[in-house]
Amino acid sequence: MKHSILLHEPTDDVGVAVEDLKAATEVGAVTLEGQPVGTVKLVNDVPLGHKVAMKDLAPGKDVIEYGRVIGAASQNAPRGSHVHTHNLKTKRWKA
Amino acid sequence: MIKPQDLKFTGYRRPDGRFGVRNYVLIIPVDDLSNAAAEGVAHNIRGTMALPHPYGRLQFGKDLDLTFRTLAGQGRNPNCAAAIVIGIEPNWTNRIVKEIEKTGKPVAGFSIERAGDHKTIEAASRKAKEFVHYATALAREPFPVKQLTMSCKCGESDTTSGLASNPTVGRAFERLADAGATLIFGETTEVTGGEDIIMQQCATKEIAAQFKAAFDDYQRLIESQGVSLLGSQPTEGNIRGGLTTIEEKALGNIQKAGRCKIIGYLDPAEEPKKPGLHFMDSSSAAAEMVTLCAAAGSVVHFFTTGQGNVIGNPVVPVIKLSANPLTVATMSEHVDVDLSPMLRIEMNLDQAADAALKMLERTINGRLTAAEVLRHNEFVLTKLYRSA
Repeated sequence: MKHSILLHEPTDDVGVAVEDLKAATEVGAVTLEGQPVGTVKLVNDVPLGHKVAMKDLAPGKDVIEYGRVIGAASQNAPRGSHVHTHNLKTKRWKA
Repeated sequence: MIKPQDLKFTGYRRPDGRFGVRNYVLIIPVDDLSNAAAEGVAHNIRGTMALPHPYGRLQFGKDLDLTFRTLAGQGRNPNCAAAIVIGIEPNWTNRIVKEIEKTGKPVAGFSIERAGDHKTIEAASRKAKEFVHYATALAREPFPVKQLTMSCKCGESDTTSGLASNPTVGRAFERLADAGATLIFGETTEVTGGEDIIMQQCATKEIAAQFKAAFDDYQRLIESQGVSLLGSQPTEGNIRGGLTTIEEKALGNIQKAGRCKIIGYLDPAEEPKKPGLHFMDSSSAAAEMVTLCAAAGSVVHFFTTGQGNVIGNPVVPVIKLSANPLTVATMSEHVDVDLSPMLRIEMNLDQAADAALKMLERTINGRLTAAEVLRHNEFVLTKLYRSA
């Protein structure tokens, strides 16, 4: 299966859409080295370059990309959801 | 796999032994008032370039020092064959002339008071014509990678920057560092969330402490304004491209350093004195950062972009690399190295670094970059605080 999502690390919570993705479609995910990380069914449309939840993300939970914390979930984001400013917040700077 | 030692670089040997890859006669205004005269000379004399800017008056302390260092640094840069400095009065003009003079290259200063623009332009134009004859008689000669000083920065980054274009620069920098090149990266606020990784990459505790002091200083400055950088970092362009938080942006940004040891810390516009990768305290605003790199003696620059930052620099050729297929398709005139096959896993990191190094060789040897052809000459001084 052609991949549509790239992950930095196989265990990351989020992957990056490498093309515009449509809700309800099932797409493949791979690491940068080409290692398959399974498929995911999209909950939302996700534009090129935006992130997709690879796991169910709960509010307050750290979100991992690059194998590192990139912020915390601010809302439920089930596997396959678009992850961006509406459901992921920085842990470094306060508004 | 391309090794930098196998690339053939040619450039212009300067009297201080450094090599330039461009051969400019620069007309450097000391202050805003002298822009008109500097541009007058550049208009009269083919082969010259003026560097107009809005500052240089009533600055003081560290801010003034930085302006002097940045202006003198353009003349000192090996891409500059000879320089004309024009200021409103002679004292500050001479301070910049003297710093450029230390490199041994031809330089002359002119001041406008008690002469006026017309006479200043006439006298400076005569000298500039001499300098152009001098510069155009110089020939390129081969130089080793050990003599190369270069820099990198990312701009209008998105997730493709962290996945592909920044790691490509990181891999190229690893090879260049191994080959003995002198390298500069920076962007002090934009490593927020990855600052511990930068500190681990520092070769000594002292360098890590210098970096951390500059990092903390900037965070304090932000706090002292009673604000945060939310809304500014990530930028609206970053967010449009899919970057959500500063931590995520930083983790992508620092890929440009690869696994290189950071062997030196530099103040803004400070010239590195030994080979290897340096962290320079600097803004993340593209034109400011590249201007500081030019002042530090960088002769060529890798600039990665996701969403399509179009920046260039008058003194330093800026090589644009992008892995975003939309940007490469819609803004092709700005992109020197197309890395979008990386997202399709049709190009691996080593192949991408090869492509970057090949473009580096061609650029060094005279190929104009997209930014040079499109006349992107953004020259922007970093201001540390307001003037008196």
